[in-house]
Amino acid sequence: MPSITINGTALVAPEGATVLEAARKAGIRIPTLCYLKDVSAAGACRVCVVDVEGVDHPVPSCSTVVWDGMAVTTDSPRLATYRRIALELLMADHGRGMGAPCLVCDKNGACELASLCREYGVEGPERPEPRPVRPVLDANPFLSFDPNLCIRCQRCVGACNAAARNHTLRTGKRGVRIAIEAPFGEDWRATDCESCGTCAQACPTGALTEKRRGAYRSWETERVRTTCPHCGVGCQLDLVVKDGRIVDAEGASGPSNKGLLCVKGRSSSFDFVDAPDRLRTPLVRNAATGQLEPASWDEALDLVARRFTELRDEHGGESLAAFACSRSTNEDIYLFQKMARIAFQTNNVDCCARV
Amino acid sequence: MAKLSVAPRAKDDGRLAAYLEKYARRVETTPPGACPVVVQLSLLQAGAAQTCGKCVPCRDGLPRLAALLERVAACDADEAVLVEARALAEMVRDTSDCAIGYEAANAVLEGMDAFADEYASHVGRGACQEGVGQTVPCETLCPAHVDVPGYIALVAAGDYAGAVNLVRKDNPFPTACAFVCEHPCEARCRRTLVDAPVNIRGIKRYAVDQASADRVPPPPHSVDTAKNVAVVGGGPSGLTCAYFLALMGHRVTVFEARSQLGGMLRYGIPAYRFPRERLDEDIRGILSAGSITALCDTPVGAREMAEIAENYYAVYVAVGAQAGKTLKMENADAAGVMSAVELLGAVGDGDYPDFTGKKVAVVGGGNVAMDCARTAVRAGAAEVSVVYRRRKCDMTALPAEVESAVAEGVELIALEAPAAIEVDGTGRCAALVTQPQMIGAVRGGRPAPVPADKPPRRIEADVVLVAVGQDIEAEPFEDFGMKTTWGRFDADEHLAAEGFGNVFVGGDCQTGPSTVIRAIGAGKVAARNIDAYLGYSHKLACDVHAPAAAPNDRAPKGRVELAERPARERKRDFLDVEEGMSREEVEQECGRCLRCDVFGCGSTEGGRSQYA
Repeated sequence: MPSITINGTALVAPEGATVLEAARKAGIRIPTLCYLKDVSAAGACRVCVVDVEGVDHPVPSCSTVVWDGMAVTTDSPRLATYRRIALELLMADHGRGMGAPCLVCDKNGACELASLCREYGVEGPERPEPRPVRPVLDANPFLSFDPNLCIRCQRCVGACNAAARNHTLRTGKRGVRIAIEAPFGEDWRATDCESCGTCAQACPTGALTEKRRGAYRSWETERVRTTCPHCGVGCQLDLVVKDGRIVDAEGASGPSNKGLLCVKGRSSSFDFVDAPDRLRTPLVRNAATGQLEPASWDEALDLVARRFTELRDEHGGESLAAFACSRSTNEDIYLFQKMARIAFQTNNVDCCARV
Repeated sequence: MAKLSVAPRAKDDGRLAAYLEKYARRVETTPPGACPVVVQLSLLQAGAAQTCGKCVPCRDGLPRLAALLERVAACDADEAVLVEARALAEMVRDTSDCAIGYEAANAVLEGMDAFADEYASHVGRGACQEGVGQTVPCETLCPAHVDVPGYIALVAAGDYAGAVNLVRKDNPFPTACAFVCEHPCEARCRRTLVDAPVNIRGIKRYAVDQASADRVPPPPHSVDTAKNVAVVGGGPSGLTCAYFLALMGHRVTVFEARSQLGGMLRYGIPAYRFPRERLDEDIRGILSAGSITALCDTPVGAREMAEIAENYYAVYVAVGAQAGKTLKMENADAAGVMSAVELLGAVGDGDYPDFTGKKVAVVGGGNVAMDCARTAVRAGAAEVSVVYRRRKCDMTALPAEVESAVAEGVELIALEAPAAIEVDGTGRCAALVTQPQMIGAVRGGRPAPVPADKPPRRIEADVVLVAVGQDIEAEPFEDFGMKTTWGRFDADEHLAAEGFGNVFVGGDCQTGPSTVIRAIGAGKVAARNIDAYLGYSHKLACDVHAPAAAPNDRAPKGRVELAERPARERKRDFLDVEEGMSREEVEQECGRCLRCDVFGCGSTEGGRSQYA
């Protein structure tokens, strides 16, 4: 395994690791913008450039593989200048028209471009020039794309193609300009886009966003790590909670999902929590009136336990079956089938988690 | 699985390749006098247009840099813009992922240094430097500034004597230049935008073949000034100076060390490229211009030079580069080893060598090496090899010369550096031993060879001809007091030698070995400046005028090339190798001339590069 030094600190990097991976493993920060682990390492933004002894120009740490004896410096006045110029160049073509785009941007507070600009003292283009305003693609019910905020970092392209493998979002060439072609226009139904939102989660700016983002600012929220209740894959996700209510979901890195979510996990697995017609207590039918009436858990469970026991004793376990909801966790379903076999004395067990 | 296709991904790629040839020709024809900042801007814009769009420095940085340069080019920028441009260019150069980005920025940075004066002028004065501005390409790039469109029009009109005299207005060697000029005039010929450069030398060849220079009287000379002027060296530069001084009415004495006039035209260029009788036509024409006394077999040493400077009102030193460089290696002075200068010099005096049955190795890759090799073929050699330490494409010889040599049976052995000369028992040269080379890093603008890890090669050779350049025999003149740098005489741009009032110096002995036309140009400059030094401002008679121009023929046509006699025939004699054009061919070729003296910048004030 190659021995390298980063800022004078000697370390051993895994074979085939990039400079950035080696640095992160050693807890050394190198600023990045277009890099997204497992999604994109195109080396487009040049913010992660570092100096390597013996190489006359800085190299991008995200795509340069370490070699034995490599001596890396992650910060210098020259690197800071180059990073600042790169950010200025991006800011010069960021936002609609002349004004500052941040105040009206849904990603305000969670924008990676903005944080780097703050870090490197970039307030905007030195000499702002009027920019043409490009139309926002907004027809998809979940997602929207504002090309005026796009920095063409390619993270969404990696997200849709390399990560989600949906192959519906791509880069198009318009003369000298490359443009992200997001399938969120009027014809969104005709595309293969599944609205999974992997692209929006990858976007470092407010260009590609989940429409839900409009309902909160990131500093108003906290995150709760949980498992997606939708199917048996067990995707990890962070529920975004504002004032005690779930407002969004973000894919978290779990062994089965590696940061990805599907449209159901991201957009339709938590709204029921605060749904107005949600059942909030058990209901027991009043035999006299035929109406369902609120009951305590003890009353309800006692009733259910009594009736199932009667049915089992009267007709045998084979008369009963257990059918679990796929939104339950694997642990719940495991306990559920165990209860069926031991308490109901039946092997009639099933679940709808084959979706 | 998607199906595979044999069609190109981008369907216009094939057509684009053909289109790009136009683009290359456009770049090639960049007009002389173009503003360097503007040329840089257009290169930068071309670079910016090639971005794939991935990386920030190239995608966003190059257009930004172009916007800054555009302001500099428009003389609408201050020092701060230059500072910003440099910082941005450095960032783009150092952080771009691929050469599309970093080379574009690198070119800007190199240009900002190379053309620093032009940048400073744009920013400081709000204007280009003096001298920037387009002029007629052929006329400008000819070191003698010959009125090329004018004489082409005269040839088209059938006035060959007029054409000869229009050439002579600036260059008294119309025949020499018709045969052996390297024609820098063709380098940026505007016709290239349409198809290919006009074959200017070929047209001149037709003119002198129809009206030989000794049958076309030069214009009448001015009234005798009774001022004597000495010219040391009877080569192209000295004789040009003598010709113009004589036309001005001065009394010229030419001192020539060898037995005949002509310099390298006689003692360097073999007769098969420039027949002696054709050289004599030019010389007779020159000597008929006025009072010129040619003293051959009269070498000038330090003492003679002091006398000349004392006894003549002015002197022009144009002694050329006559000493062949030698190889620094074992047995370099063995019998059978000789310099190109020795061989070609002897041939110039009619002393042809006999190499019958011999194996000849020529060391070098320039035109002189080709001259030696082709002379050796004609002298009956059994085998002739040209041994060169770089690659064939690095040879400084004109590609046409190399091709002709190969056609005559010369073997090119490239990437072999001479290491030693092997001698036989009698001390005669037996073989040239070489060390194989490999081509390496670019140094000083050219890829440099380095020794390759291969065993030495032994090239059997009874004769080794060394053509690795020439030195100037400066010593007598240094003893007289003239100054040199790297063995070349020092002179200002007006060719006045430092430290003297009346001594002028030019040609190969001032520039180092170069082309005939540069030597001629220097001779003309010296004559003008000697005239001014003597207190005159002669205007030379020239009653030839270019005919009116017809509208451009814009239909693309091929360039008529001069044919050569079949190699198997020509290699047996020293007769002229090249065949001139027919009238039909020369008419078509003249018709391709775009008359830039009339159309475009040529019709503007300052659009010509001519002396009064």
